[in-house]
Amino acid sequence: MSVFRPLLRNVTTTRFRINTRVWTNTIISKRFIATRYTVDHEWVSFDPSSNIGTVGITDYAQKALGDVVFVELPGVGSEVAQSDPIGAVESVKAASDIYAPVSGIIEEINETLSDQPGLLNKSPMKDGWLAKIKLSEPSEFEALLNDEAYKAHCEGSE
Amino acid sequence: MVPFAGWSMPLSYGDVGQIAAHNHVRTSAGLFDVSHMLQHRFSGPTSQSFLLSLCPSSLHSLSPFTSTLSVFLNESGGIIDDTIITKHSSDSFYVVTNAGRSTEDCEMFQTALSKWNAENPSDVVKWEVLEGWGLLALQGPKSSEVLQSLTGTSLEGVNFGQSVYAEIGKDKIKCHVARGGYTGEDGFEISIPPENTISITEEISNHPDVQLIGLGARDSLRLEAGMCLYGHDLDETISPVEAGLSWVIGKDRRTSEEIPFPGKSRILEELSNAPTRRRVGFEVVGAPAREGCKVFDASGEKEIGVITSGIPSPTLGTNIAMGYVINGQHKKGTKVKIEVRKKLREGIVKSMPFVPTKYYK
Repeated sequence: MSVFRPLLRNVTTTRFRINTRVWTNTIISKRFIATRYTVDHEWVSFDPSSNIGTVGITDYAQKALGDVVFVELPGVGSEVAQSDPIGAVESVKAASDIYAPVSGIIEEINETLSDQPGLLNKSPMKDGWLAKIKLSEPSEFEALLNDEAYKAHCEGSE
Repeated sequence: MVPFAGWSMPLSYGDVGQIAAHNHVRTSAGLFDVSHMLQHRFSGPTSQSFLLSLCPSSLHSLSPFTSTLSVFLNESGGIIDDTIITKHSSDSFYVVTNAGRSTEDCEMFQTALSKWNAENPSDVVKWEVLEGWGLLALQGPKSSEVLQSLTGTSLEGVNFGQSVYAEIGKDKIKCHVARGGYTGEDGFEISIPPENTISITEEISNHPDVQLIGLGARDSLRLEAGMCLYGHDLDETISPVEAGLSWVIGKDRRTSEEIPFPGKSRILEELSNAPTRRRVGFEVVGAPAREGCKVFDASGEKEIGVITSGIPSPTLGTNIAMGYVINGQHKKGTKVKIEVRKKLREGIVKSMPFVPTKYYK
């Protein structure tokens, strides 16, 4: 993920500055990059410095779906409102709609998924991300479920 | 596990995904526990005539120990259930029906039988439901090799659509073995007495080539084979002619006869003048079309039908579906548009089965 790129680059360049930079980055990411969840088993990882939220489905969702064979994603540049259906994740047995967890503009979609939809099963929280949304209402993110609340939600749906 | 027709059934077993399970059946051998299905026995001198009064098949011309796909019909010619009827003799039949239709089927048999036996008091038909009996489907190219390793009865002479009683396993349990199934592959449906069902299931599933297969792969396999699933592709308003099952209506049953099948006038009319809608197969580009998706003509302006089942095909890698379209738009190669998530997708009418069947004949 993009957060880690400057960190790695610094490691290979100057020795003395690494420590400060690394620590700074870690502190910042700990303070600001947070992941929240929806009741529809999607996750959003929000970076307030760029105002971009990365969206994906959770491990719980990929297990429930089974082998993902097809992913349909929204067009880059399209404007979406929270809860709009913006695409679908399909296994052989079923199609599952993807809803925009937050409102904003689609900045980027994960093109790799068209050739490798199985990434959603292998790495739902990382390489299998679906789309990046530039948030128009960052407060919507704050209202999503945190780790603890999402965990409770999953236990409740079992 | 998922609820299914009042039973709790596995969609898959262990960590084996639906695609791996599906491919295993196509290349090796898979074992399905289909004991939830209803097994019936009809016996008595008039049992053939009794069944003729409920279905349109030519049971007279069926040889002993031969099975046929058939349909039970209502008075309007709609399908109450699809079924496999095996004739042991003209006074003994073994019938398998869908678990999801047990209430309707049993009500139909009960009503028809009371009437029949009241009219034929000297030749009553006896109807038994084989409660607690196991039913396993062993399917796939290796199923014959697997089953032969567990029985002394030769399976070589048992062709698709034929059945035999075979002694199976170390305890040599007499089971009814019917060659056929719901996947398009070679295979067997094995009916097992209640007390031996678990041990025989274990013996078959212990064979190194055999994997247990759940409902998920059962659905994708039958759809590739172009077979109907009641409640989705068939219901009580749909006639066998509309469903593309005209072949189950025996040639000798289309003329006037002593015991006509229910709904015969509608069905004969549809056979001579074409039905208003027909079940067809589709290939869909872009996204898989699922049950309920609307089908439009090539211009995308006129709604002509609906999808009743659809999946991304694990064997073909394309999106396949079946559904109903109005008569005239049903021919192979007809271009259509199918609405998936509010977008029209390109589709084409395809012949079924989508994946060629590999029956043992």
